[in-house]
Amino acid sequence: MKKITLIVLILIINALHSNISFADQKKNIDHITKNLRCLICQGQSVYDSQSDFALSMKKLIRIKIKEGNTEDEIYNFLKEKYGEWIVYEPEVNKNTIFLWGLPLILFIFGGLLIIRKVTIK
Amino acid sequence: MKNNKIFYFIVILIVAIFIVLLLGLKEEKNYSLQPETKKLNNSILLKELYSGKNIFLNDLLLENEINLINIWASWCSPCKAEHPYLINLNERFGINLIGINYKDNLDNSKKFLSDLGNPYDEVLVDSDGTKSIELGAIGVPETYLINNENKIIKKFVGPLDQDDYEDIISLIKK
Amino acid sequence: MINQIGAYSLYICLFASVYLIFKSYISLKNFDKKFYQTFFATLSVQLFMTILSFFTLVFAFVFSDFSNITVFNNSHTLKPLFYKISGTWGNHEGSLLLWLLVLTFFLFIFFVTSKKMNVRYRILTILFQEIIILGFLLFILFTSNPFLNILPIPDEGLGLNPILQDPALAIHPPLLYVGYVGTSIIFSASLAALITKTVDNVWASHIKNWILISWIFLSVGILLGSIWAYYELGWGGFWFWDPVENVSLMPWFCLTALLHSIIVLKNRNVFHSWTVILSITTFSLSMSGTFLVRSGILNSIHTFANDPSRGVFILTFLLFLVLLAVFIFFFNQKNFPDTYQRSFLVSRETSILINNWFMMFFLSVVLVGTAYPIFLEVINDAKISVGPPFYHKLIVPFLIPFLFFMALGPNIKWIKDKIIKLNISQIIFLILSFVISFFIVFNTNTNYLFSTLLFTFSFYLFFNVINSFQKKNSNLSQKVSHLGFSIFMLSILFNGILSKENSANMKVGDEINFLNKKLIFENVKVESDSNFKKLVGEFKLNDNGKIIHFKPEIRVYSHPETITSEADISSTLFSDNFLVFSLIKNDGFFNVRYQHKPLMIWIWISVLLMSLGGVFSFFKLNEK
Repeated sequence: MKKITLIVLILIINALHSNISFADQKKNIDHITKNLRCLICQGQSVYDSQSDFALSMKKLIRIKIKEGNTEDEIYNFLKEKYGEWIVYEPEVNKNTIFLWGLPLILFIFGGLLIIRKVTIK
Repeated sequence: MKNNKIFYFIVILIVAIFIVLLLGLKEEKNYSLQPETKKLNNSILLKELYSGKNIFLNDLLLENEINLINIWASWCSPCKAEHPYLINLNERFGINLIGINYKDNLDNSKKFLSDLGNPYDEVLVDSDGTKSIELGAIGVPETYLINNENKIIKKFVGPLDQDDYEDIISLIKK
Repeated sequence: MINQIGAYSLYICLFASVYLIFKSYISLKNFDKKFYQTFFATLSVQLFMTILSFFTLVFAFVFSDFSNITVFNNSHTLKPLFYKISGTWGNHEGSLLLWLLVLTFFLFIFFVTSKKMNVRYRILTILFQEIIILGFLLFILFTSNPFLNILPIPDEGLGLNPILQDPALAIHPPLLYVGYVGTSIIFSASLAALITKTVDNVWASHIKNWILISWIFLSVGILLGSIWAYYELGWGGFWFWDPVENVSLMPWFCLTALLHSIIVLKNRNVFHSWTVILSITTFSLSMSGTFLVRSGILNSIHTFANDPSRGVFILTFLLFLVLLAVFIFFFNQKNFPDTYQRSFLVSRETSILINNWFMMFFLSVVLVGTAYPIFLEVINDAKISVGPPFYHKLIVPFLIPFLFFMALGPNIKWIKDKIIKLNISQIIFLILSFVISFFIVFNTNTNYLFSTLLFTFSFYLFFNVINSFQKKNSNLSQKVSHLGFSIFMLSILFNGILSKENSANMKVGDEINFLNKKLIFENVKVESDSNFKKLVGEFKLNDNGKIIHFKPEIRVYSHPETITSEADISSTLFSDNFLVFSLIKNDGFFNVRYQHKPLMIWIWISVLLMSLGGVFSFFKLNEK
């Protein structure tokens, strides 16, 4: 039962991942810059900021897209330069496994508690 | 019995959270750089300030020596403050110093150098700031120490001060 | 002079608080018949002194008394009167004083309105509440005293952060604090009820009013903050999943869960321990919110003055309260009435449990997302950012089943019901919702499976709620709130898939075309206001013959020197047209950002509708 729930959840999350497809280049730039933290601002994304850093970053991303880099390649390039801190969506790795996993574990746990509580008849 | 276990678990959990948050209070909140040991990207192409020639940044780095890259702009006042240190580093210690002129008006930057002295062996122009991003900069001024394997071994964000200056000198002498 | 009055009245409060803790502890053992008079008198003195000290500070702000350090740091003679007053709580010290004011005021109200309740229960609630008040008093007096002198007296103050000089943000903190402080009463009362073995349906209907008050104020407080972010931060969004926003959302989820489970306790006399756990959690989250915001442990767009020693104090105090609650809970578990009643799978009880289940899940997502970066940095020295994509990916998929259960829940009877009741009309609703959603999503070229499902179940909920208005057996407040939520979901969804935006660098005289619209930058003027200078841009948008004029502003404040962008928004019931411009370094050019946001106003209206449901319930408009 637990396994099935988990598989379903993973499928749902994967579906969400793959659903992000892009129409045109501008939309693509906007999408990427919304997912980047403006490092010199207080909690603003690169997309929302008009600081020098953000403006240069937007320009660089436009160049990178023109050169044929994919979204992930751009993120990886920037992560290498600035660290994980720059992206708003942390990738799943050993550092962030509980970030993504804990709410799901609690959800399953809560579900089991409810099933135990009520009388099924 | 079972309740006791839950009780201890919760108390320990709360105390653990408390300790972590207490330690968290001491952490630096703003962007801080992690020690960088990555190789410099070897395809960064920039224009030279005076001649306008295109030059690869890597070609300017001297082998088997410590190099210094300084990102600056004439409109940035902290850059003026750190300028004497750069002049000293270049003239007294003969370090290979490459300046990257960040988002600047070329006439202003030339005037800046003729007024305050030119500490740079070469000055490259990054007119839209994208090359500095490729180097991993967040603004001006920033100074990078590059070792003999073309790796950034130290980043100084913000103007150099006396401590940084001595730091650089001790690293050169090593 | 003013500083002395303010500070001494706080010391009197402190004595009153210590006396009340002592007195209530004694009264628990040797019950004193004159207890009512004593408590009433002391509580009145305490309330009066808090009011006095609060208004002393307001007074100092209004008359710009710069001998007071808080006024000096946060005010300026040129500031409009309204912002001088709101400046009182626009800073750390003043906001704590406001907390304290609401704390003492609520305790007083609690005392005079709980006469029907058990006496020991009332005394214990006062005891716990006074411990909280004492904690806040010590915190104010020893780490953040608003009444410190400054010598020599400066001629002029430093000014209030201009971004805070805004009507919505001026009243947003007081509303939020009323919500937060309300949860403290719930906390104290549930611990008191637990010790006195009175966690039952009588207690439930008594405490429900406090839950409603907190919930209503918290909802409206969050709403105002969100509206403010929408037009003031200048990015056109209304929720950024910023840590400071999350911190107000967490107690909201908890309170919403509590609001539902208390109904079960009231009607069926079950879920005792769960209700108490929720009460404790809600208050802990409100307090953690204060800790997280005030200590500067978070990296946020909403900056506050930071001081680690304050963080240490709040954190220690929080630890004390939470451990106290945990100990009381575990050592009094035998006090829960043994009224086990069978609940069946298909019953109102289960549907409310499911609501709580989802609320706790949403809470855990926001909590983990907000706190995880702090923990990771301490434990592993790794720095990560958790932003909107994280929250969307974890929350959005779960909204689908949540909406489905929410549509069905209120129709199900207590104790036991039949599934067969899912009759023809339900199937028709579901099919109808799916068809409508399919066409909406299909026409916008966003053929996401998820959008269709989200739309389907939002419509399904909407139809179900509308349908329930015909029935007599369910209660009005629930219907209004649920209607509000379904409209909320629908307007967010429409807004999400139909929003259009365009950002360009323009100078005066430029004309750009996009999405069949033409935007002209006609002029820019410099004007002066009392405490700032402003650049007023004049834009004309031609949207298929329909002309809209925009006059966004860039304000340059001098005390302290700050530049803010004021968006110009033209709102109709169908959509918002949003235009903001900001300075960029290239001479003469401005960054101009235009957004078309459908049904934006309905997001605000729907939240008000949800809160209105709470108001109905508070005034007992449910009974037939």
